[in-house]
Amino acid sequence: MTIFKSIETKYMEERESFFRGLQNLDRRSFLKVSGAALAATAGLAAPHSFQPVTVAADAGAAESKPAFRFAYISDSHLYERDVNDRFVRGLLRAVDDVNNLDPQPDFVFYGGDLAQLGQVKELETGAQILKNLKAPLRIMVGEHDWYLDMGQKWQELYGEPTYSFDHKGVHFVVLNSVVEEDFWTARGMTPMERMMTVAGLDNGLQSPFTVGEAQRKWLQEDLAKLPDDARVIVFSHSPLYKLYKPWNFWTDDADEVQAILKRFKQVVVIHGHTHQLLTNRIDNIYFHGLLGTAWPWPYAPEGMPELTIEMSRPDPFNPNDGCGDGEVHVHPDGLVDKVYNLWNRNPVTVSRTYLASWGKQDVPPKPNRPSY
Amino acid sequence: MERTRFFCSGPWLAAVCFALLGGALSDTGVAGQPAAEVPRDELGAATVAYQAELLAKLIPEAEAVKATSAFDPVVFAAYVPEDNALTAERVALGRKLYFDKRLSADGTVSCATCHDVTRGFTDQLPGSLGIGKQVGKRNAPTTANAALLQTMFWDGRSPSLDHQAKQPILNPIEMGMSNPEEALKAIAGDAEYQEAFKKAYGREMNYEDLGRAIGAFERTLVFLDSPFRRFMAGDASALSADAQAGWELFNGKARCAACHPMTPANPLGSDHRFHNIGVAARHQDFEGLAKKALVALAEDSSEQKLDELAIGTDLGELGRFMVTRKRMDIGAFRTPLILNIGITAPYMHDGSLATLWDVIDHYNKGGEANLYLDGGIEPLALTEKEIDQLVALLFSLTDVRFAEQNQREFERQQAAAQQNRPIRDEGLALRRTLPFEQRVMGAKKSDQ
Repeated sequence: MTIFKSIETKYMEERESFFRGLQNLDRRSFLKVSGAALAATAGLAAPHSFQPVTVAADAGAAESKPAFRFAYISDSHLYERDVNDRFVRGLLRAVDDVNNLDPQPDFVFYGGDLAQLGQVKELETGAQILKNLKAPLRIMVGEHDWYLDMGQKWQELYGEPTYSFDHKGVHFVVLNSVVEEDFWTARGMTPMERMMTVAGLDNGLQSPFTVGEAQRKWLQEDLAKLPDDARVIVFSHSPLYKLYKPWNFWTDDADEVQAILKRFKQVVVIHGHTHQLLTNRIDNIYFHGLLGTAWPWPYAPEGMPELTIEMSRPDPFNPNDGCGDGEVHVHPDGLVDKVYNLWNRNPVTVSRTYLASWGKQDVPPKPNRPSY
Repeated sequence: MERTRFFCSGPWLAAVCFALLGGALSDTGVAGQPAAEVPRDELGAATVAYQAELLAKLIPEAEAVKATSAFDPVVFAAYVPEDNALTAERVALGRKLYFDKRLSADGTVSCATCHDVTRGFTDQLPGSLGIGKQVGKRNAPTTANAALLQTMFWDGRSPSLDHQAKQPILNPIEMGMSNPEEALKAIAGDAEYQEAFKKAYGREMNYEDLGRAIGAFERTLVFLDSPFRRFMAGDASALSADAQAGWELFNGKARCAACHPMTPANPLGSDHRFHNIGVAARHQDFEGLAKKALVALAEDSSEQKLDELAIGTDLGELGRFMVTRKRMDIGAFRTPLILNIGITAPYMHDGSLATLWDVIDHYNKGGEANLYLDGGIEPLALTEKEIDQLVALLFSLTDVRFAEQNQREFERQQAAAQQNRPIRDEGLALRRTLPFEQRVMGAKKSDQ
C-alpha cells in the first residue's frame, strides 16, 4: 500500500537534505545541487532556499504598475447546443464579460478544451462564439479538442498548436502539452473510443500527457536567442509540473521542460485543464491555473502546492459557481498578477509579490462565501 | 366549486372565514379594482380608522402575542431581540405608532400608508408614495410575516425589524422627519404615548424604544394559514390539482425552491440571500452606476445616506452592492418572502412586474442576462399550462383570512395577463436563443 506523505513532510525532508548538500559549496555549485535536488522531487513544493533569486527582482514592487494586460477564457467543453447548451451559455457569458472590460485587454488568450469530444460542430460552435471577441484571440489546444481526429479540425481553424509571439517586450510561448503515446492502435480503438478514453478522469488506459521530444527541441531553439533575463510567459494546457497523475493534472516530461526554462531569471507558466484557483512556484518558475467556463474541478486529494489558496466548495444550486474567466496583468519585470474573475463571487487576485515572497506578502483572500 | 375549494378548504372553513371577518374583507380594495366602500386618504391608503378596525378583526389586540405561536416557537424566539421580549404592552404601543401619521413631516404618512392592512400590508404600488406625494424607487415589501426575515429592506441594509422601523421616518422621501428628536417631538404631547412607553419599556419615550415597539407589533403580523400550509399539514383537498402540479414544478423543473425554500422552520419561502436575477438590468448600466456609487459612498456611507440613496436615486438599483461594495453583489436583492404573494402585486424590488404571470415569464426566459446574473437562473422551458399551475400554487400561499381579496386579485391578474404579457419570451424560454447570445452577437453587430 502506498503511503502518501503530506506536502509539509515532503517539504521538510527535501529542505533537510538540501541543507546537508549545501555544506562546503560555492554559489556556482550551489545552483547545480539545487537543480538536482529539484529534479529529484519535481512536482513538490520548491525548496525554500531559492528565495533569494526573486527577492532582488522584487525590489520596489509596490509602485510597479502593469505594463499591459490580457484576458483569458478557458475550458468551455462545448457540446453541440442542441445536445447541451449549458456550456455554450458559459462561453457566451465569458465573451460578454471580456467584451465589457474597459479598457479592452491587449488580447484574449483561450486556454484549451474548447470542445468536449473534439467534434466538428463543437469546435465550430466555439469558433463562432469566439469570433465575437472585440480583442484579438490567441488560442491553445487541449486534449478534448484533439483526440477525435488528432487535431485535424482544430488545426484547420487555428493552425499550428505550437507557436510563439512577442508582445511589448515579453516572449510568449504556446505549447501543446497534451501529447500522448499511442495507446489506441494496439487496442483497435475507434476515434470516438480514443476520444472518450482521453476525456475521462481516473482512466488508466490512456498515456500521461507530455510535451514530447519534438516540442522540447523546438522550445529550446525558440528560446535560444533570448538572454537569461528575458521576460518569458509559457502557456501549456496541462500544468507543467506533476500534481496528480490519476486526473492527468500532470505533464510527464515536466522536469525536462523545466530544465529548459531553468536558465531564465524568472518564467511565468499559465495553464488550463484544472478549472480552479491553482498557484505554484518551483524555483524560478511561477505557475498559475485558469478557471474553466464549464465547471470547477475539485482539488486533487494529495500533493496540492503550498501556495494555492483553495476556493471554497461551489454552490450546488448555482451551476456557474466556481466558473469564470479572468485577466493577467503583466508587470515590467515579466511577473504577473493573476486575476480570477469568478462569476457570482468576488474576483481573486494572486499577485506576483505573493509568489515572489513565497506566500509571505499580499496573501489573496479566501473567496468570500457564507456557509449555509 | 373547484375554485371555492382551491382558496378555502371545505365548507366549514368558509363558514369560519365568514363569521370571523364579517363583511369587512369583501369590501377591501385591490389594485385596479378599488372597492368604493373602503374610505381612503389623500395618498390612496385605507384610512387609519378603517385599517385599525380591520386589523382588530383579523388579529384582536388581546391575541396578538399569541398569534406568533403559528411560527415554530424555537425559531420565532431566535428572531426576537434580547432587549425586546414580546409583551402585550409593547405590541399595543407599536400598533398605535404604526398607524400614526404624526410621525411624518407633513402628517400624511404612517407605516400603514405603504404597509396597508387592506392591501396585503403593502401599498400595491410599483414605488411607494411619501410626503408631498413623492415617489420612492423601491416597492414596499409586506410587513406580514416579516418577523422571520434575517435582514430588512431589499438590500438587507438593516439587521432587524426594530432597527428598520426607525429609517423610513427619517427618509426625506418617505416620512421626512429631519431627525429622531423631531419625530419624538411630534408625539411627545400625547399623554397616552407617555404612559404607553413607560408601561412598555419602563422609561421615558425615546427613539430606540419607538423602533422596538414598532418591531414588536410587526412580529405579531402572522398570516401563515394558507391553503398551501393546510395541504402540507396533510389536507390533500386544500389545494387544487393545478396548485399541486405547481408545487411539483416549484421543487423541480421551475427551480423555484433553490432560492425560495419552504419548510416548517422557514415557512417564508426565502433563502435570505441576495441574487441578481436581472430585473434592474432591463434599464440600468450596472458598471456605470457602480462607478458612481463608489464615489458617492466614499463621501458618505452612513446608515442614513444608504437609506436615502436606496429610496431616492438610481444607485439603489445596485442593490446589495451599496451595502457591501462587493462586485458579486451588484444588482443583487434579497429573496423576498412569498407568503401572501397573491395580494401584494406589483412585484420585484422596483414593482416593475404587474402580475405573477409576468414573474414566471421573467424566470422562464432565464432572467435578464447581465454580467452579474446569478448562475442559478437559467431558461426553464415552462409551457403555458405549467405557468398557470405555478401561478395557481402562488395564489394558494395567501392566508385564508384574505381569501376573497386573493380570489379577486387572481381574477384581475389573470385578465391583465390575458391582455398583455410584456416579459414573455418563448424563444429564450425554449432556448432557441440563449441568454447572453443577443448581448454577445449584438456587440458584434454594433462593431460592424
